Amino acid sequence: MGNKKKTQYRVVTGPEGILPPAATLMGISLPEEGEGLVEGEIVSEAEALEKAAIALLTRKNPTLFPGPLVLWGWNDHTDEKAKYFFDVANELPGIRIIPMPDYRPIYPKIDPEAVINPCHPNLTVLHNKIEACVFIGVHCHYASITLKIIRAGTNCYTIALCAEAGHEDAMASVPNFDIEKLIRFKDTIIKVKKNGIKPLYEGLGIVPTGWSQIASLKGKTPIKPEEELVEAGVSGAFSNELESGLDDNAE
Amino acid sequence: MSLKTIRPATGFKEYLPKEYQDLIDDGPFLRQRKVSELGSFKEAIEEHPMCAGCAMTLFIRLVFVALPSLEHTVICGTAGCGRLAITQGAVPFVYGNYGDTNAVATGLKRGLDIRFKDQPKDVVVMAGDGGLADIGFHAVMHSWFRKEKFTTIMLDNEVYGNTGGQDSGMTQKGMVMKMAPTGKKFEKMDMLGLAKTAGVAYTARISTTNPTRIANTIRKAVLIAREVGPTFIQAYTSCNIEYAIPTPKVIDDARDVEKDRYGFAEYFSDEAQSYWDESEKERKRLRKAAKKIK
Repeated sequence: MGNKKKTQYRVVTGPEGILPPAATLMGISLPEEGEGLVEGEIVSEAEALEKAAIALLTRKNPTLFPGPLVLWGWNDHTDEKAKYFFDVANELPGIRIIPMPDYRPIYPKIDPEAVINPCHPNLTVLHNKIEACVFIGVHCHYASITLKIIRAGTNCYTIALCAEAGHEDAMASVPNFDIEKLIRFKDTIIKVKKNGIKPLYEGLGIVPTGWSQIASLKGKTPIKPEEELVEAGVSGAFSNELESGLDDNAE
Repeated sequence: MSLKTIRPATGFKEYLPKEYQDLIDDGPFLRQRKVSELGSFKEAIEEHPMCAGCAMTLFIRLVFVALPSLEHTVICGTAGCGRLAITQGAVPFVYGNYGDTNAVATGLKRGLDIRFKDQPKDVVVMAGDGGLADIGFHAVMHSWFRKEKFTTIMLDNEVYGNTGGQDSGMTQKGMVMKMAPTGKKFEKMDMLGLAKTAGVAYTARISTTNPTRIANTIRKAVLIAREVGPTFIQAYTSCNIEYAIPTPKVIDDARDVEKDRYGFAEYFSDEAQSYWDESEKERKRLRKAAKKIK
């Protein structure tokens, strides 16, 4: 921990501009086992977890972004990890879960309330006004680019709980993030709350986001809003103005 | 690449977007879907950014229905119109650089065979005529010479469609394009002949007129590639923008071109033919047995 050369550069919340330098090029190095990275500085794992917990409890619209490695049931281990993921989520009042199910470039249009995509993660962050987020289970090469895009264009505090080496471009990162560390993160959140950090949102639990999640969590079959309009007899809700053409002179 | 990848980890399903929930509940995985079932299940590809009326998109959609085991398939492509739609499919896609698509596919196929000894994994190259016959030509030919066991599908729109209409090796001789104002100077490349000479096990030339035939041809090519050797499909997928084909007339054009110069043709090597005959017999036997049980 002590041998690494210190750099002046700090990885702080953006917007940093359209092309922020990769943190690694600015001299930020990755933490070792037992360490963490906070805003580019190597600290102890406990301190990194605490800073991450405080950000998630005190910043607006905290969100968890589970990636394919934790989201899909690849094996028994992912199923087990998912359980501890939800334990963490339940300790964070007002937390949202927006998945990154895969890395397909979702064109022509993504639903930013339902999904985050590594090609344009800023759309999801900006649309939902997310000011603190956690990446977990995202393959490193996609996490790196995603974290950089978010730092470039938003004021979101990014936390990367990485199962491999950690991420320089996140504001807080802990490497080798396994089930034990998920448990430690949950304990840290509880401890931080006990020590007097007042969560921004009251009550417990996960806030559903988007029509699909809201319907599913209520036990209903999700129906797309436009399909609902058709069922209600309000078909072609948006077609009229397109059919008649847009008025170029309209203010 | 595991059967379990289409199962969300415990507790996550309700947080997935509706499209993914539909893929899990009623998708094309784990069972072979038929063309006649289109519209009754969640397809691997739905939204895409291709031009209205694009025949290539119809063909790609049918490929996704036809692939014999979607959950064990990797598609490899390169720059061009096709990959704009292919990358939207719920099948892993590897982007080879322009020119090395079949080399990338070779590495993928060999790697997957080493990693998954008990589970056949299919690699399918799907790219345009520019990516395969022009810029990727050497890698295509050498993968055939080496008898690499994967399928190459050429989406032959006979033009560089999304760069403004340059002529490709597959453009008809004399064709005047936006970026070839004096007309194409040389004959259309005989890729099917080259494939046969290179020792490809199965080749087919096909148009977008008959969905069931397309599905059967794709399935045949992938299954033969799995067991025998390289296979090649050359599909006429017109570019209605560069060839100024009115959107409602795209299939009419495909019919005309099919009648004129792009008729369905397939070729089996001896080994491929005997493998296919055997497997057909086996399938018939299984179908009969299943009927008896019913």
